[in-house]
Amino acid sequence: MTAPPAKERARPSARAALRAYAAHHRRRAPGEPRAVGLLYVLPALVLYALFLLVPLGQTVWLSFLDWDGLTAASWAGFDNYRELATDPALRAPFAHALVLLFFYAVLPVALGLLLAAALSRFRVRGMTFFRTVLFLPQVLAMVVVGVAWRSILAPDGLLNDVLRAVGAGGLARSWLGDYTWALPAVGVVGTWVETGLCLVLFLAGAQRIPRELYEAARIDGAGAVREFLTVTLPGLRGEIAVALTLTIVAGLRNFDLIYITTSGGPGNATSVPAFEVYRRAFEVNEVGSAAAMGVALTALIFGLTVVVARLVEGRTS
Amino acid sequence: MISRTERTLTYAILGLFTVISLTPVVGILSSAFGERSSLDTGFSLPSGLNWGNFSEAWTRGHFGSYLTNSLLVAAAVVTVTTVLATLAAYGLGAMRFPGSELLFYLFVLGLTLPQEAVLVPLYFDLRHWELTDTYWGLILPQTAQSLAFGVFWMRTYFRNSPRAVVEAARIDGASSWTVLWRVLLPMGRPALSTMVVIVFMWTWNEFLLALVMVSDEAHRTVPLGLAFFQGQHSSDTALLAAASVLIALPVVLVYVLLQRRFIEGMLTGATKE
Repeated sequence: MTAPPAKERARPSARAALRAYAAHHRRRAPGEPRAVGLLYVLPALVLYALFLLVPLGQTVWLSFLDWDGLTAASWAGFDNYRELATDPALRAPFAHALVLLFFYAVLPVALGLLLAAALSRFRVRGMTFFRTVLFLPQVLAMVVVGVAWRSILAPDGLLNDVLRAVGAGGLARSWLGDYTWALPAVGVVGTWVETGLCLVLFLAGAQRIPRELYEAARIDGAGAVREFLTVTLPGLRGEIAVALTLTIVAGLRNFDLIYITTSGGPGNATSVPAFEVYRRAFEVNEVGSAAAMGVALTALIFGLTVVVARLVEGRTS
Repeated sequence: MISRTERTLTYAILGLFTVISLTPVVGILSSAFGERSSLDTGFSLPSGLNWGNFSEAWTRGHFGSYLTNSLLVAAAVVTVTTVLATLAAYGLGAMRFPGSELLFYLFVLGLTLPQEAVLVPLYFDLRHWELTDTYWGLILPQTAQSLAFGVFWMRTYFRNSPRAVVEAARIDGASSWTVLWRVLLPMGRPALSTMVVIVFMWTWNEFLLALVMVSDEAHRTVPLGLAFFQGQHSSDTALLAAASVLIALPVVLVYVLLQRRFIEGMLTGATKE
């Protein structure tokens, strides 16, 4: 397509016709050399490839090597992956990560849904304030979150103070130093961080559900519970998928919080893959094994996000 | 009708969640302004505002220089990401060329990729190029990671911008560059500012990359500084809290001012087209 002559350009009808033609061929903007697009992309692509795509490939390569980061590496084939599947010390972090996913994803989504359902039944005053406050944990550096919660969960911290004050002092303990309780304690911090995100997502989604559906449900005599199950829950399906994706990714990526609060301890009670990759690569110099774990973690994240997407789409069709 | 009891109950639950959300924040603030000596980790209200902990963290904790480092890295990452992501998103969103779909998916891949998938070889690469313990060692990888979001976000903007305006400009003989610079960018301020605040927050809060790439003190960013500080003075709650406030303050201030931008940007990261 060439640019139209100046005379025609001035005539409104010709312009309208041209616009209609362009709208018909939406995919091609008029008069544009196609290859120019690639020029615009190129600078970003070079940087992205050098510092993200290439290292991604190198991680896969490293995962097939036996390398301590210093001396010459040797080919290990699938040995690193075999160890990952058989060595209990390497499997434990994945089990911990799955436990944490309950606290990072399932619990926040459930709490967010319940709260959103309660809040969308009538106009709540001061909603902007509540939303700002509940979303706040999302913008704080995880390092700061870790420092704050470490002092709350400390032996002489706020949680134990409260327990003692209500006469449950027997339950007080060093939450982050306890073999049984350290993992759930770190999990609760995740719930604290992610619940606001889910709530804000669901509130926005609930506003898009047509009011008539609620009115129809109420005319049919549905109570709060029926209304939730038949109107709110189906209406929020898309938002639930987004919330699950975001929280699962955040939960599995989580390194900062573990590093600050427990460093994987006590023992390896709170070690997770994200932390173990760092520890193996930079503290115990098992680079190949660390890379294999990084690959496995990436596969797990992609697998779970695909499952979430499938679950949602499957129910739609 | 919604009963009075239900209204009261709803506000009560909302109040409870608000208190839970704020408790750690208030805890940090109260020990940051509290007495140095008190071992109490929490909630006796401090007697007046005590700024001593902040100056102590600033000088003895070296947070002054850490903040300078963080500011420098964040400014560079935000600037480079904004320019490169806008250009790339314009190419991918407003034009079509062979392979554009594939390139877009390559960028989207970065949205869910954990840092652990690239970090280990990245360290050895950067060490080989002698970029560890430099600002570049922090700026370049973080820019690459931010580009995933930036390209995704700005492409959505270019896709949704009104075709008619672009076509009118084109018919008037404007080049693709003029269309971007004179038409789409002036209209795209909201989308741009969302990207800027999100990338700023991520860069400012980034910890793992700094932990791996930086071993000398001269290039420490604030999150890294706090982690080391905690390692050395883990019992000094007041100083740790003051340092935490210094780290969180810039992001929280921007968040309070531009709350909508933050929420919009952070929730759209995972939405599909």
